[in-house]
Amino acid sequence: MSDGTVTPEPLSALSIGQRARIVSFTLEAGQRQRLLEMGVTTGIEVQIVRFAPLGDPIEIKVRGSHLSLRKNEAAGILVARA
Amino acid sequence: MSVSTPEIIRHVAIAGNPNCGKSTLFNALTGMRQKVGNYPGVTVEKKTGRFYGSHGETMNLLDLPGSYSLQIRSPDEAVARDVLLGRLDDTPRPDVIIAVVDASNLERNLYLVAQLLEMKIPLVLALNMVDMAEENGITVDVQALETALGVPVVPTVAKTGHGLVPLRQAVSKSPLATPTRRAPLPLVIEREAAQLAARLDVAEDVRFPEALLLLTLHEAALRDLGLPTALLQEVHAAQQRVRDASLDPTAAPVEARYAWIQGLCEKAVHKAGGPQLSLSDKLDAWLTHRFWGWAAFLFAMALMFFCIFTIAQYPMGLIDDASGALSDFVKAHLPDSDLRGLLTDGIIAGVGGVVVFLPQILILYFFLGILEDTGYMARAAFIMDRLMSRVGLHGKSFIPMLSSFACAIPGIMATRTIENRKDRLVTILVAPLMSCSARLPVYAIMIAVLMPMANAFQKAGVILSMYLVGIVAAFTMAWVFKKGLLKGETPMLLLELPPYRLPSWKTVALRMWERSGLFLRRAGTIILSLSILLWALATFPKPSDPKASSTEALETSAAGQMGHFIEPVIKPLGYDWKIGIGLIGSFAAREVFVSTMSIVYNVEGNDHEDTAPLRDTMQHEKRPDGSPVFTPLICIGLMVFYVLAMQCISTVAIVKRETNSWRWPLFQIGYMTALAWIGAFVVYQGGRLLGFH
Repeated sequence: MSDGTVTPEPLSALSIGQRARIVSFTLEAGQRQRLLEMGVTTGIEVQIVRFAPLGDPIEIKVRGSHLSLRKNEAAGILVARA
Repeated sequence: MSVSTPEIIRHVAIAGNPNCGKSTLFNALTGMRQKVGNYPGVTVEKKTGRFYGSHGETMNLLDLPGSYSLQIRSPDEAVARDVLLGRLDDTPRPDVIIAVVDASNLERNLYLVAQLLEMKIPLVLALNMVDMAEENGITVDVQALETALGVPVVPTVAKTGHGLVPLRQAVSKSPLATPTRRAPLPLVIEREAAQLAARLDVAEDVRFPEALLLLTLHEAALRDLGLPTALLQEVHAAQQRVRDASLDPTAAPVEARYAWIQGLCEKAVHKAGGPQLSLSDKLDAWLTHRFWGWAAFLFAMALMFFCIFTIAQYPMGLIDDASGALSDFVKAHLPDSDLRGLLTDGIIAGVGGVVVFLPQILILYFFLGILEDTGYMARAAFIMDRLMSRVGLHGKSFIPMLSSFACAIPGIMATRTIENRKDRLVTILVAPLMSCSARLPVYAIMIAVLMPMANAFQKAGVILSMYLVGIVAAFTMAWVFKKGLLKGETPMLLLELPPYRLPSWKTVALRMWERSGLFLRRAGTIILSLSILLWALATFPKPSDPKASSTEALETSAAGQMGHFIEPVIKPLGYDWKIGIGLIGSFAAREVFVSTMSIVYNVEGNDHEDTAPLRDTMQHEKRPDGSPVFTPLICIGLMVFYVLAMQCISTVAIVKRETNSWRWPLFQIGYMTALAWIGAFVVYQGGRLLGFH
């Protein structure tokens, strides 16, 4: 885009190896708080590592550790591709 | 001078993330001087131990449950916070906290530390697994970390014991320094928390942390706390003022703490080289691979299952033989009397019935320990989560349910790894539906009566169908429970996949010892009492004729009378009161059905190996009207009954232990009995409708 902004998209839409920065959350307060406490905070970089053999959940790398999230949970995290 | 228990000088609590080596450190400090209890009203275990400070003083070490945060979202999660705020009557507020962090993963591990610092309790940081950090090219500047956090930092390698001496010294220091540094929070939050603190009716030094925790709690959890209305309104008002300042009270403090942590990690942590694939990453590429991941997973599960199922049989056989020998010994040396009966059929049988589970529990905990310590457990949950979440369960429910195929007791004990209370309860409730090995003797005799001429494949086919009935029932009931009875917010997966590590054999061994001890002491007492009770029911009242056969004796006993009593209820299933006695006897343990039936049909000297006499008798058994009692339809119906019914006092005892109440085991007995009745009814009446008999 010519103005340089990137549209935020759900984390679940990314493919393996892609990195992105967290922009916002559309999850309810309790779930969002859990994610924040695990270090998944706004502005931090996450990377998609792989999908489970059955396609779900997703393994991501954030702040140096690996977490797994279900696709429907990851859909509530909006990110901007790095 | 009299010898007395040494006075505890200091109360120490140990806290940390899961997978940071906290248990290993706890074990390294306390060795075998540990014990496990319960906190009232929750299923979380209270694990304490003794260790000695640098001057030999006795310290009490309390293992707080591993967590990523002190935030409370359920009664189980509130335990750590309650301990740290000194709210529990029989658990004193700790004098000092050992916060264990994984040196390779400092940023996230420090979040809990940031919250602990707000508790204003003296803190010592154990920077654990520094050896692994070094291997990965991560160096932590201990001095910089100490300065930034304002607390002593001790590098440790819990597995080898490195750093234990300085850790003991730091914890033994007198006086201990209260932390002065903590994460700066946004001004409006600091202000609101301070104001709220003034209104709290608690001890001075815990007011601010308590206020902060209330301020940052989201609506649902806040409501569940059951605060007095006035206080709740204050909290809401304070939260609203924070929102008016364009901040989210549930999110802003978390982000502020992480901002602080990030800043200090930038100065204190140095990672050599750019991003490289660690050994863990390379292993995962195989172990969670679309194809190889499955192969490895199935292999690991099959191996574990095989070991529990078959290897356990040897020691189990020995235990059976030993209790049989002991019984024979008693019979040979005591005259026939009630006392002898109590000893042999009540106590020895009861104790034998408890001890016989030990081999399976030990083997299961051996595997669970290795799976958990190496980090593979998380991968198993990761792989199976999609299947499990279809019925509302968690990926971590898989291994407990798989173990239940061997025996539900270790399976239910294994549900401890499931953090979410509702998921854990549902898994516990449905685990016994997975056909355990004790049902096999019942299947065997029924199949022998049903189809004596069948070959091995046909027999295996019938048994496999029974297993399938169990699996379908388990998943269906799990879905029902998650939808209806135990519904609540669907918890997130949010599972950490820790780096692969070599297991600590000492930790694995200690856990095996601890779990089996717990089983023997807690469940064992219940099982023994119930065994004695059932023996009494099957012995009293006695027939008036002292020369009555054992069959007649069984009929006049309470158990026999109960068999008659329930006959109307089991008639629609096609059973008579003799089968009724078998069902009642089986309440103790399923395999008792065979020996009970031997007594009922007066087949003397029956043992487990040779069921031919019993089989023949049952095949020829006829009703008053001449029709056979054990028709094929009845046999299958009876097998289905056994798949679905709760017939194991040992399971009842362990469920009571794990859920810390009688409510759930009683509910479980209720629903499973109902399910069994319905299942057998459907099979019998449905079959009759279709023209079978």
